[in-house]
Amino acid sequence: MSHVTRHMSHVKIFLKAILIIISTCYLLPVTCYSQVSSSDLINNAKQYDGKEIVYSGEVIGDVMVRGNFAWINVNDTKNAIGIWLPRNLAKEISITGSYEAKGDIVEVKGKFNRVCIEHGGDLDVHAYMLNVIKKGKNVDEVISPRKIKVAIAFLIICLTLAVIYFIRLFYSKRR
Amino acid sequence: MVLKPHLDDLKIIGYYLGKITIGIGLFMLIPIICALGFKEVSPTFDFFIGIGASFLLGFILTRVCFTDKDLNWMQGMIVVSLSWLIATIIGAIPLYLSGHWASYLDACFESMSGFATTGLTLVQDLDHLSYAHNLWRHLAPFLGGQGIAIVALSLFVSGSSGAFKMYVGEAREEKILPNVIQTARFIWIISIIYLLIGTISLGVTGILIGMKPQNAFFHGACIFMAGFDTAGFAPQSQNILYYHSFSFEIVTILIMIIGTLNFNLHYHLWSGNYKEIFKNIETRTLILSSTLIFFIVAIGLKQLNVYPGLVMFFRKGFFQLISGHSTTGFQTIYAQQFIKEWGSFALGGIICAMALGGCACSTAGGIKMLRLGIILKALKEDIRRIMLPEKAVVVQKFHHIKNIFLDDKQVRAALLITLCYLVLYCVGALIGMFCGYPFLESLFESTSAAANVGFSCGVTNAGMPAILKVTYIIQMWAGRLEFMSIFTLLGFLVAAVKGK
Repeated sequence: MSHVTRHMSHVKIFLKAILIIISTCYLLPVTCYSQVSSSDLINNAKQYDGKEIVYSGEVIGDVMVRGNFAWINVNDTKNAIGIWLPRNLAKEISITGSYEAKGDIVEVKGKFNRVCIEHGGDLDVHAYMLNVIKKGKNVDEVISPRKIKVAIAFLIICLTLAVIYFIRLFYSKRR
Repeated sequence: MVLKPHLDDLKIIGYYLGKITIGIGLFMLIPIICALGFKEVSPTFDFFIGIGASFLLGFILTRVCFTDKDLNWMQGMIVVSLSWLIATIIGAIPLYLSGHWASYLDACFESMSGFATTGLTLVQDLDHLSYAHNLWRHLAPFLGGQGIAIVALSLFVSGSSGAFKMYVGEAREEKILPNVIQTARFIWIISIIYLLIGTISLGVTGILIGMKPQNAFFHGACIFMAGFDTAGFAPQSQNILYYHSFSFEIVTILIMIIGTLNFNLHYHLWSGNYKEIFKNIETRTLILSSTLIFFIVAIGLKQLNVYPGLVMFFRKGFFQLISGHSTTGFQTIYAQQFIKEWGSFALGGIICAMALGGCACSTAGGIKMLRLGIILKALKEDIRRIMLPEKAVVVQKFHHIKNIFLDDKQVRAALLITLCYLVLYCVGALIGMFCGYPFLESLFESTSAAANVGFSCGVTNAGMPAILKVTYIIQMWAGRLEFMSIFTLLGFLVAAVKGK
């Protein structure tokens, strides 16, 4: 009898362990902060809707201040996601990504909205925490020497052709 | 018997192509000025190389093929179809040199997409693209919307019958003013006036929503050119979603609607004839089809409860509908959301809107409202004929600038072009499915390319098969030129091989 009871208790422990593992696997990403990519957010928007998430990437374009809040767009190399955050948090951003600069890499924590009621149905993140992981920097232009040579060669050819054209035009008019 | 083309044909075609090529090169001076203004050195070299290539090719063609003869219909049509290919290849040079396109084919895709006012893009890392390259992406639809051949020739030619043939070849049948070059210049003037008004409106809106003044006006000019010319490009990867602004979206909707209207209608509005907008068959058909498709999209989105509020529905559902119907292709949602969230019914509505397109003699693509209106009138006439006694004379009229009696020729022409568009949509969808994409995605993207819309549900990206990129390039080209000049080119090639 005791053998059967012991066996049953082992089964119960085993089942509990499985239950805990399954719950952890399924519930952790949606109950705690989960680091997600933009593709995850867009492709599984319903799953993440209303959940707290952590999202990171490069701030690109303008920091658009709207009253006490601001919009930034954060690109994780696949897509850029709009982040709505308090103005004071946006002040921590020093450089945004453009042709001449690599923007700050930031990590934001906040609530993800598949269809934001406050912002006309935008897919966005309302952030309450922002960490600048890596400061942005200005990027020096790299110009290939071959590009310069080809451009100069074309310039010389075109100028020569233009000179020939105008000389011929001048003589044909004189005739 | 098919006649082999004469050497003179080739010389005339070559001569006009040379002129157009030089014209395209001249327009590259604009991004160079922009690059110098923003102190972008590398892009300046990219555009110098582009100008050099176009001037060199143009000079060789005009010298080797020099002629003082005017174009006939066949030559005019061939010049038009080839000039779009040359513009694509030359316009792609600075884009490819920027390093933001994975291959030259991708750059050609972007270039054709721009000139054909489509807006599908294969750019990589758009958010770090230079101002000059971005300006060129948006300038291309501004030139293509007016008609590349006509735009280039209006710089050099004072007026000829050949110019009219090219004007028709670029899918414009309506002469607004007696001379085609005057018509082209009128289109230029109103486009530039609208450009100034649109840039200022969007620029001021941009500043009000928190953008830096420099970016606000640059984006304003780009978005205007892409919106008025129904292209749908935007300077940032999120398209219109980047701005997160209702007011910006409203201004953009107005620009899309202005862009989709017939230039002839613009002329009458500018002349004070405001009644024309309410009487014209095109605007009436546009309102009718927009309303019907609006209900389809609304029901589809409501069924799945995609957007629970009215404002949300307007900013997402209605915006996408106007963008699709005007064949602009601006998006306030991510490409994947079309498939993941919208559902087949609403998506079907958007595909219908894209397929039907905007007004004739505008920068819009698709079947066009004039043709749809004519087909509906013909249908009405046939139904009346069945209903009335056999001896009754049934006459159908429609109003397009003036009252016109509907005749079989017009109906036949409208039906033929409509059929060509439907075949083009289906062929693209079949090739999409051949490449492994599902039916709905394939049809959506194919219709978007062929109707020069620019919406994407995620199929168009740098990683898609080369065969599909080439298919979409051909679709954009054929869709923009409305087939006739391309059929003429094909006929010319057949005659060159088989002719006697």
